[in-house]
Amino acid sequence: MITDEIRHLARAYDVVISGGGPAGMAAAIGARSQGAEKILLIDREREAGGILWQCIHHGFGLHHFGEELTGPEYAQRYLEEVLENDIDVLTDTYVCDISPERQLKLMSGRHGIAVVDAKAVVLAMGARERTRGAIRIPGERPSGVLTAGLAQKFVNMMGYLPGRRVVILGSGDIGLIMARRLTLEGVEVKGVFEIMPHANGLNRNIVQCLHDYDIPLHLSTTVVDIHGRQRVEKVTVAPVDGALKPDLSRAWDIDCDTVLLSIGLIPENELSRKIDLRLDPVTSGPVVNSTMETSMNGVFACGNVVHIHDLVDFVSEESVLAGRNAGAYITGRRPPKDNIRLLPGDNVAYCVPHTLSSEREHIVYMRVRKPIEKCSVRFGEVLEKKLRYVFPAEMVNIKVKPQFLENFHGDALRVDVVQR
Amino acid sequence: MAHDVAIVGGGVVGCAIARELSRFRLRVLLIEKECEVGAGTSKSNSGIIHAGYHAGNGTLKGELEWAGNQKWDTLRAELDFGFERIGELMVAFDADQVAILEKYRDQGLRRAIPGLEVWDGERVRREEPAISAAVVAALHAPTAGVVNPYEVCFSLIDNARANGVDLMVDSRVTGIRRDADGTFAIAVGSRTVGARFIVNCAGLYSDEIARMAGAGDFVVRARKGEEYLLDKRLRGMVKKIVFPCPTPESKGILVIPTYDGTLMVGPTAHFVDDKEDRTTTAAGSDEVFRNVRRVVPGISERDCIAEFAGLRAVAAGEDFIIGPSEVKGFINCAGIQSPGLTAAPAIAELVRDMLQDEGLALEPNPSFVPSVRKRVHFATLSTEEQIRLADEDRRYGRIGCRCEQISEREIVDAIHAGARTLDGIKFRTRAGMGRCQGGFCSWRCMELLSSELDIPMTEITKRGGGSWIVCEREEGDDA
Repeated sequence: MITDEIRHLARAYDVVISGGGPAGMAAAIGARSQGAEKILLIDREREAGGILWQCIHHGFGLHHFGEELTGPEYAQRYLEEVLENDIDVLTDTYVCDISPERQLKLMSGRHGIAVVDAKAVVLAMGARERTRGAIRIPGERPSGVLTAGLAQKFVNMMGYLPGRRVVILGSGDIGLIMARRLTLEGVEVKGVFEIMPHANGLNRNIVQCLHDYDIPLHLSTTVVDIHGRQRVEKVTVAPVDGALKPDLSRAWDIDCDTVLLSIGLIPENELSRKIDLRLDPVTSGPVVNSTMETSMNGVFACGNVVHIHDLVDFVSEESVLAGRNAGAYITGRRPPKDNIRLLPGDNVAYCVPHTLSSEREHIVYMRVRKPIEKCSVRFGEVLEKKLRYVFPAEMVNIKVKPQFLENFHGDALRVDVVQR
Repeated sequence: MAHDVAIVGGGVVGCAIARELSRFRLRVLLIEKECEVGAGTSKSNSGIIHAGYHAGNGTLKGELEWAGNQKWDTLRAELDFGFERIGELMVAFDADQVAILEKYRDQGLRRAIPGLEVWDGERVRREEPAISAAVVAALHAPTAGVVNPYEVCFSLIDNARANGVDLMVDSRVTGIRRDADGTFAIAVGSRTVGARFIVNCAGLYSDEIARMAGAGDFVVRARKGEEYLLDKRLRGMVKKIVFPCPTPESKGILVIPTYDGTLMVGPTAHFVDDKEDRTTTAAGSDEVFRNVRRVVPGISERDCIAEFAGLRAVAAGEDFIIGPSEVKGFINCAGIQSPGLTAAPAIAELVRDMLQDEGLALEPNPSFVPSVRKRVHFATLSTEEQIRLADEDRRYGRIGCRCEQISEREIVDAIHAGARTLDGIKFRTRAGMGRCQGGFCSWRCMELLSSELDIPMTEITKRGGGSWIVCEREEGDDA
């Protein structure tokens, strides 16, 4: 528990942001734009910027800056804006706890244990990668089985290779990016294996990272055994049937010393659970209203901690909004309450935010469960938007203007994505 | 000069014997083939201190289970490892099984085990609401507990070493002969070490060690158990260890709330021919989750964060083999399967007495210190204590592993205590044991190993041998 006896880091803050990645930085800038004066951005690493620093490939910023940047360039632009805006940045510090009065307990390599008071808090802790245990890959437990993001850290930040002959399980974007990255480093990438009948990464990454380098993508195929007592020596892969059950009679072995896992991300909600925020079982992130406020008053959330985004540009967009609303919150300007709940319907896994106000414009982010071509997104009877295709790997975002909602008088709006 | 006693094998039994013998003026050597103690069966098991009633009368297991159980409170007070008597429930689904519960209760009552009670289904679900409505009764035993078995090994050996015991790791015994003066010459790779007495605690390989000395022709087989660890957010879903009614081969698939608050489910029990087969299998996973859901329906594969398999050392007849052999001065401690962890402190005393009977003089060690310095578990301290420590050393303020909330200083301490690998750090501190399974902290732990031990990153391993983590970037042959 946080007690009063503890000395304060500096003072009370208007807005404190937990997590200094792309979400946290954008939220800080958003909060400043709405008049928050004392803003503190906290990051556990020695430098803010989050995972962007290790994403040295390009493809960032097309939506937001209108040009193609690398991850570090994108981070640098935001960080400069954060510093120009006189936002306090506290690195090497970890937020352990938040009291109901919004006092944050910090563990810091610089300040030891400290607390700060916040009028509003923004959670921007990002996500973590799913691991071997999450999918229970059978076999031995040698070294050389690691997540694609950790491999990226080894290669791009530390200058080491995770191995020399690599099999990639899962076709998430980080795995695709690493397939190309490792190939460029002279590593033999034996193939990408995806249990689903469709890839899980963005199409542009399939083309630019696999096709352009002749790296095979095996759909409906998975790793069923890992061999090697000390280091990975080989894996057994097998095709799966419609129920995702491997057909071992058609299995084959691949010699390799490394298995990279790119099997999805999970919002990092230890802190959210600790403070009992209401979570969405589908996203594993907090339930948020249209101001990105969570179930706890004055606690906002944005970015991958809420739901997994494909593009950092959308993280920034969502997070500026969260920051602006946190800023507005402390000045006492509260927007009209949400009056419409969104109910995910046919082929919709989830919608964020979870509620809307009929008096404002919103962007609703959603993810579909299965691919469909020539389809429509329908918000009940009030709005239909035609799309050429939808794909689980690509988040759908729909602008919802108040004019569509003004004639709607119910309290819940069902969202479906259906074939036209 | 020869050692008085050489202990072959640094599992929990070997470590407990080493520590017990360190009470006396003796030159004791423990020889371990892996790079750390506790790296075999002792690391990969259910971590249960059994209630004392399970093993049958007339067996060594039965004798030592309850005797061992009673020694854990003192051991914990002295050696500072995770241990708590959380109690256990053996559940019954029908009247036949209730009769089995009653049989076990009576066996326990004859041993004067306190607190044994058969609860009806309603009481069971009042205490443990997650247990299936199909359970009609359960035997409650408050004497059962959970322990971090690897921590026990580290604590025992740290204390033994502080009291003068020598430890050789990465040292496989390859031959044993007797010299003319009666001492044993033990070949350890290219070296030879001498000892007047040998205690064989070599676990799965204790049959091979006995044969090297002509001290027994028993056979030890490996019975594999797969275990599955669930996400910590399920903490509190089940509060006591939950057993089904056991079969002769195994105690069944259990739900184990580990000392650290993670639910663990397992283990399976199947013989394997290969004594190094620690694979987990799709069949094992199915078996565990299918069986465990009969008892606790809310448990799901989706919550799994890690899995592992351990191998029980099983001798013919299923009982422990503990005693002097036909070779004078050579004592076997073999076939130590469940409840071997529970019994370990009692086995240590039994072996001590056997050594004395074989002619070893036990003269108290006047400088024996029974306790170890308490390890800091930063996350569990009060905020006031945390402030004090972090002001003393800022590395307490720097988070090392965030899933388990381990500070950098704790990781550095583990390295200074002997951790040389990622697993060494993990089992000493829990860094890397949580839900991200080292995704975030392993590179940090590697940097600390590299700087504290002054070794290049490419020499850091997961658990010694060829289990390297990263290699150099330049193209070329694997080094």
